[in-house]
Amino acid sequence: MKITYREALKQAIREALQNDERVFLMGEDVGRYGGAFAVSKGLLQEFGPGRIMDVPLSESGFVGAGIGAALGGMRPVVEVMTVNFSLLAMDQLVNNAATLLHMSGGQLNVPVVIRMSCGTGRQLAAQHSHSWEPLYAHIPGLIVLSAGTHEDARGMLHTALQCPDPVIIFEYTAMLNLEADLPADAGAVNIDRACVRKEGKDISIITYGAGVYKALDAAKELTAAGIDAEVIDLRVLRPLDNISILDSVRKTHRVLVVEEAWGSVNIAAEVSARIMENVFYELDAGVQRLCGIEVPMPYPKHLEDASLPQIEDIIKKVKKMLQHD
Amino acid sequence: MIEFCMPSLGADMEAGTLREWLVKPGDTVKRGDIIAVVETQKGLIDIEVFDEGTIDQLVVKEEEKVPVGTLMALIASTKEAVVKPEQPEVKTAEKIIPVSLTTTVKASPLARRVAAEKGVDLADIKGTGEGGAITKEDVEKAAAAQKEPVKEEQPTMAAEGIRMAVAAAMSKSNREIPHYYLETKVDMTLPLAWLSEANKKRTVKQRLLPVVLLVKAVAKALADVPDLNAYWDNGLQRKDVINIGFAISLRTGGVMIPAIHLADKKTLDELMASLNDMIPRARAMKLRSSELSDSTITITSLGEGNVETVYGVIYPPQVALVGFGSIIEQPWAEQGMLGVRPILTVTLAADHRATDGATGSRFLVAFNEHLQKPDML
Amino acid sequence: MTEQAIKQTVFQLLKKIAPDTAPETLQPDDDIRHTLEIDSFDALQFVVALNENYGIEIPEEDYGKIITLRSLINYIKEKLV
Repeated sequence: MKITYREALKQAIREALQNDERVFLMGEDVGRYGGAFAVSKGLLQEFGPGRIMDVPLSESGFVGAGIGAALGGMRPVVEVMTVNFSLLAMDQLVNNAATLLHMSGGQLNVPVVIRMSCGTGRQLAAQHSHSWEPLYAHIPGLIVLSAGTHEDARGMLHTALQCPDPVIIFEYTAMLNLEADLPADAGAVNIDRACVRKEGKDISIITYGAGVYKALDAAKELTAAGIDAEVIDLRVLRPLDNISILDSVRKTHRVLVVEEAWGSVNIAAEVSARIMENVFYELDAGVQRLCGIEVPMPYPKHLEDASLPQIEDIIKKVKKMLQHD
Repeated sequence: MIEFCMPSLGADMEAGTLREWLVKPGDTVKRGDIIAVVETQKGLIDIEVFDEGTIDQLVVKEEEKVPVGTLMALIASTKEAVVKPEQPEVKTAEKIIPVSLTTTVKASPLARRVAAEKGVDLADIKGTGEGGAITKEDVEKAAAAQKEPVKEEQPTMAAEGIRMAVAAAMSKSNREIPHYYLETKVDMTLPLAWLSEANKKRTVKQRLLPVVLLVKAVAKALADVPDLNAYWDNGLQRKDVINIGFAISLRTGGVMIPAIHLADKKTLDELMASLNDMIPRARAMKLRSSELSDSTITITSLGEGNVETVYGVIYPPQVALVGFGSIIEQPWAEQGMLGVRPILTVTLAADHRATDGATGSRFLVAFNEHLQKPDML
Repeated sequence: MTEQAIKQTVFQLLKKIAPDTAPETLQPDDDIRHTLEIDSFDALQFVVALNENYGIEIPEEDYGKIITLRSLINYIKEKLV
């Protein structure tokens, strides 16, 4: 059955609300407005204001409230409208959510789930479009997930809610209207392993988030050029799944990491370092990266596109690595 | 710190491949210890060290090919103070060729690993990867291409190498050295009679061959005429030790010329022991570095059953070569009487830049005088 | 000791001294040294090897009696009696 990424996210939230009394959704405009991106449309009518909570425009305040609720035994799902605004809640996320288990000597778990929209969408420019997954993946104590497919948009929330520690789920604005086949019985997925989205033997394209479908499309076109690319969706940005990454390198001996976040000090840099540390002698070429251009996200569509790795860029880069033309 | 460099194992050697280190950092070594095995055109050569000390650092890696004079290892001297005064001179002499072969081969880590596993030399491979880098595929192709002929070719390759080495040295010699030749006949009656008596007192294993008398007589004659025990290097440079290079022909073709060190100081039995030790090793191409590089003159001896006269080509930078034909019964006139005697034809090839015919003649006369007094040899 | 056994031993010893020759192709009256191109050094090694193997001392004046394969075998046979 074809459904949109947005619908997959909504089904996940509805199911979570249905399954567990302790689960509630809070965030800016999630109730009456139906969510800034209409993900929670209709949920207020279905579950009532007790479980679908509009909050004041204070990220620090409502994320902190979510953390408090989690400490109090609830299972809050906190929506932060975009990753850009999450910087206001950074103190709560880093100094409280990620740290309390340690500070309490293991007594206080913080089972909160934070959902954030991420990446470009509808020309939302430099204050609403960034890819800051690397900022959160840097922090011990957090579990950082990236829903790069409909399957994960549908399945990650359930598993994240079972987790006793704070989980951040990145969702991708640009993919909300994207349709894909999802089995009617689609449900919970694991949140500890990367996933081989397409098997291949010539090169590993390692990516996550909005890069996954781009990499898959590129891989499809590369087949025509005689290149059998493997596509790895990292899914879990913290803790990274070394085993899947290294196994793939051992098979293909070449790696291209594709990421929308800025290139310096990002996930791709970390993946590259781990490959060098662990399987240097499996490499038949240097690890290459395609990352976001290091500028504030431009407003014009053509510049927005140009600032991110696109399908054509991936194809070109892979061909250069393998065929040198 | 003593610098241990790739030795020159003959005028024709430009580079050698380190096959194996027989020491590791921290090992103590003394003069004469074999510390490495180097492959040259003349086969695998055991390399000796001439200093005492502790191995500090192995600079050249196994399987690396480096030019003569390249620093291979650093040795911490046990007598640093003694070594120092003479160091400056030695150093500049050794450091003449600081040619660097360290231009890195561009190869992927995987290609390097596979090459090491398959024993493929990356230097021989043309890379098809990005920027001409060698990839795993390149190595595998090279390994596949190499696989079949390798086994068969190995012995002929060695023979070929020796052939080319001889060719290079002899071409250089004939190109650069103005040879003059002298020849004389020597009555071997007395020396052979003496030898026959001497051998009766010896067990089979201790028996002497006539050639040891010849070698010793050459050594003694060189002590009388030292200008022939020398190198030509922008002038005549006499050598203060007499190391006689003894040409040994290989059945597969080519010659090896190991040095009999200090031949003038050795007794006949010691000389025979040297030959017994060296000849089989030469034929198996298992000689030591010093044996291949230290000769100050060369003897070529054809031995029984061969032709009566040999005119040699000097092995540079030496200045003389003594040739012995086979000992043959010939008519011999002496004191108005004609008889049949065992006769040896001796020739001398000498470098006319270094000496003149008169010197050569004095040498051959002295040689005969020593040979006719075998109990003094 | 049969002639055949001596011949086999002689071949073995020759093969050891001159590995790249084919002693078994020797005819009874071939000059051993000439045919196999054995020099005086290797010839002495051969005499030493015969000494070690059979315990017989071959004096230098007897070298003329061991030139061919046939004469060598006869010589060894006599010495062994």
